[in-house]
Amino acid sequence: MNNIASMPASPPAEAARLPARHYLNEAHTLRSWFLTTDHKRIALLFLASITVFFLIAGVAALLMRLELLTPEGDLVQAETYNRLFTLHGVLMVWFFLIPSIPTVLGNFAIPMMLGARDLAFPRLNLISWYLFVGGGTLTLYSLIKGGVDTGWTFYTPYSTLYSNSAVLSTVAGVFVSGFSSILTGLNFIVTIHTLRARGLTWFRLPLFIWSMYATSLILVLATPVLAITLLLLAMERFFGFGFFDPRLGGDPLLFQHLFWFYSHPAVYIMILPGMGVVSELVAAFSRRRVFGYKVVAFSSLAIAVYGFLVWGHHMFVAGQSPYAGLVFSALSYLVAIPSAIKVFNWTATLYKGDISLDTPMLYALGFIGLFTIGGLTGLFLAALGLDVHLTDTYFVVAHFHFIMVGGMVMGYLGGIHYWWPKISGRLYTEWMGRFSAITAFVGFNLTFLPQFLAGYLGMPRRYWAYAPEYQVLNVMSTLGASILGVAYAFPLIYLTWSFWKGQVAGPNPWEATGLEWRTPSPPPTHNFETPPRVTGEAYERSHAARGEA
Amino acid sequence: MKDMLSPWQALWELLRWAKRPFAALFPPVLSEHADGVDSFYMFLVGMSTFFSLLIAGLIVFFAVRYARGRKADRTRPPESNLVLEIVWSTVPLVLSVVIFFWGARLYLRLFTEPLGGYGEVVYVVGKQWMWKVQHPQGPMEIGALHAPMGIPIRLVMTSQDVIHDFSIPALRIKRDVVPGRYTSLWFQATRTGEFPIYCSEYCGTLHSQMLGKLVIQSPAAYAAWLAQGAAAGTAIQAGERLFTSLGCGGCHGAEGGAIRAPQLAGIFGRPVPLQSDGFATADEAYLRESILFPGRKVVAGYAPVMPTFAGQINEEQMVELIAYLRSLRLP
Ligand code: HEC
Ligand SMILES: [Cu+2]
Ligand SMILES: [Cu+2]
Repeated sequence: MNNIASMPASPPAEAARLPARHYLNEAHTLRSWFLTTDHKRIALLFLASITVFFLIAGVAALLMRLELLTPEGDLVQAETYNRLFTLHGVLMVWFFLIPSIPTVLGNFAIPMMLGARDLAFPRLNLISWYLFVGGGTLTLYSLIKGGVDTGWTFYTPYSTLYSNSAVLSTVAGVFVSGFSSILTGLNFIVTIHTLRARGLTWFRLPLFIWSMYATSLILVLATPVLAITLLLLAMERFFGFGFFDPRLGGDPLLFQHLFWFYSHPAVYIMILPGMGVVSELVAAFSRRRVFGYKVVAFSSLAIAVYGFLVWGHHMFVAGQSPYAGLVFSALSYLVAIPSAIKVFNWTATLYKGDISLDTPMLYALGFIGLFTIGGLTGLFLAALGLDVHLTDTYFVVAHFHFIMVGGMVMGYLGGIHYWWPKISGRLYTEWMGRFSAITAFVGFNLTFLPQFLAGYLGMPRRYWAYAPEYQVLNVMSTLGASILGVAYAFPLIYLTWSFWKGQVAGPNPWEATGLEWRTPSPPPTHNFETPPRVTGEAYERSHAARGEA
Repeated sequence: MKDMLSPWQALWELLRWAKRPFAALFPPVLSEHADGVDSFYMFLVGMSTFFSLLIAGLIVFFAVRYARGRKADRTRPPESNLVLEIVWSTVPLVLSVVIFFWGARLYLRLFTEPLGGYGEVVYVVGKQWMWKVQHPQGPMEIGALHAPMGIPIRLVMTSQDVIHDFSIPALRIKRDVVPGRYTSLWFQATRTGEFPIYCSEYCGTLHSQMLGKLVIQSPAAYAAWLAQGAAAGTAIQAGERLFTSLGCGGCHGAEGGAIRAPQLAGIFGRPVPLQSDGFATADEAYLRESILFPGRKVVAGYAPVMPTFAGQINEEQMVELIAYLRSLRLP
């Protein structure tokens, strides 16, 4: 095996060349991309598709923020505004956040981190991408048909009987993409069970793998409930079967129960992978083992399990009984504890570390800070009496953006920057990376901190026009969102540029420990020349220093 | 007892004091409940600020102290530390328990009838995109809710179409308004003035225009307002007219028609014996169900012959009928 200890941080001149053959130059035909079963190429297919969805959803967000610059509804019509926030939510949740880390970084890194040649079911993996793109196309088709105005939550009976918009095709799109999630989850679970390298026991797995495992469990167990719920919704809308509309003898709260039974766990689909990435980054850039490895690993599983028990905390004012409210509130605090433990463990990992603040690490530290605020404000919302005031206001909007954007998107970008040298074989310009990480952090806080305040002041969410007293806070938000827009657009440019023109990275530019760093960058199609063997614990550097394989 | 409470009172005063410089970041405080919610919020803000700064401080400190290339003691970094881990699991646990009970207490209060009962019940019907408020003894108003200061008011709410949410930030309360069922809220305002009402559950195109204002008046001013509005007809009178025009009286009339039907005077709040064993309490939901789906809960000792009125009565008329039935006292 490669002796990584003797590999200098900046590669010497003769190493500054890409390997002669790797997965990117193996073949150049369209067919070799669109019919590929190589997990690395599929990861890039996903990367391209979710980037497109992210851009569309981001533009929708920017238009909303511009509308909210003034209290009056003046830039767009109310109808348009409602379609914008629905589009933003649907695309961001199902076509960016849920697939982001699993299908791009998971697809790319899991097999290599396990020392495998590919996922367990490479063809299924490709099917998963086609399903995803199919679902996405259906959803975009609804956009062309005029858009949807139900909000990403599709609450009944509005969505079934009252909405005059392309609900069916949107729901169909989400439904189809759900199968992509299920297949990806299954593929990961089987892969992690069966394709670990020799010597790679469960407790030697990198924490990213643990978090992807927990995420996959949720994907497989929760997504079918979403599929059924959406099917019922479509049947009521299309055939008039009464499931949710009281006039047809249905119960509108039933929809909410079903929807949140999926969507609350889905929140963890949108944060656990980010936590996994952050564990990798903190270990790599402090050059030491993650503090309390087992606790961090098990807290991922605990979060996945508890995540199924708390859906009712979205319905404290919806008309469920106060006793149900008590139970769901109490259970929600159970989730808080493993999350808090993770934050403390990451922080403790820095102690006596050998810390360098490279771009990925800046994103990771940003994640920890923003996730901490997101998690703490979750305590506000799980507190029954306070939630009554806060729910359905901007406080909630701010809270979940802290988790999903401050957390997951930071984690995703951190991961992209971390594995980019492996993916592309090249380095991006470091100062540009740092600049965008810091800009994202600043822009993010400026966007969403004021929204907590607007929410406590009572500003309801999904408002196209609002009372003038909220304007100052909204102007700050819009300003922040513009900065955030720049922070997200910039990496798109310099990463794309570096893909062809960047300085050659060498196999392990960060001197990180995972198996994926023990193969050339970009890796050969089959990842490893010889199947690696593992003799040490995860993140163990003395092991790496010994140069063993 | 008084002495035992004093640490809490001290905490309360501290939280109120801490809030003072930030008054602009709070909605007006219109009830004791609102004040309690604010104190709780201040507590959580304080706690969150503390932990956020702690984490941020540690991160910055470590990042500087252990910066690569800087000399520092890095020998044998700990891989775990049982005591530390127990502490940082227990602290969130204990805090969570405190927050849970505190939040639950504030919440349950919203579901508990105040001592002495409600001073008045007001019906609210939401429909795209307006609020209709019916005072049983007074006028129907659109987009406004008049209420007296110092008296507990109960709102019984339903929707004609989709889910809405009746939200009053000044009172720190809101509740979804759901078609096909009644939800309720109560409050007791501590001062007069006008305060915004929002629809807080997305309900379609003009969701953001589904606004209203809460007008709190002194009891005397309110009584005058009510009497003045009543001149143009009250909800009870409208309900009585409906009762006649829909032919309810033909069966339920005092004289008793050809068909034997239960007397409705004094029905509200009474336990009703059911054919299918057991009792039902004759509240708003029961009355609504009896009128729309008479077959579901048949009164013991009567034949299930009452026709359904589903499709003939909208939700506003339904609350008028209920207001009327409620006003019927036993002679
Ligand atoms: C054809 C005769 C008939 C007409 C018309 C009729 N009802 Fe009834 N109603 C009955 C009978 C019989 C019962 C008892 C059996 C049952 O519960 O269905 C009853 C029961 C009720 C009850 C439940 C009483 C209890 O003691 O719990 C309510 C309330 C009621 N009716 C209201 C109305 C109203 C309001 C209307 C007019 C919109 C109306 N009814 C019209 C025959 C009638
Ligand atoms: Cu509404
Ligand atoms: Cu609304």
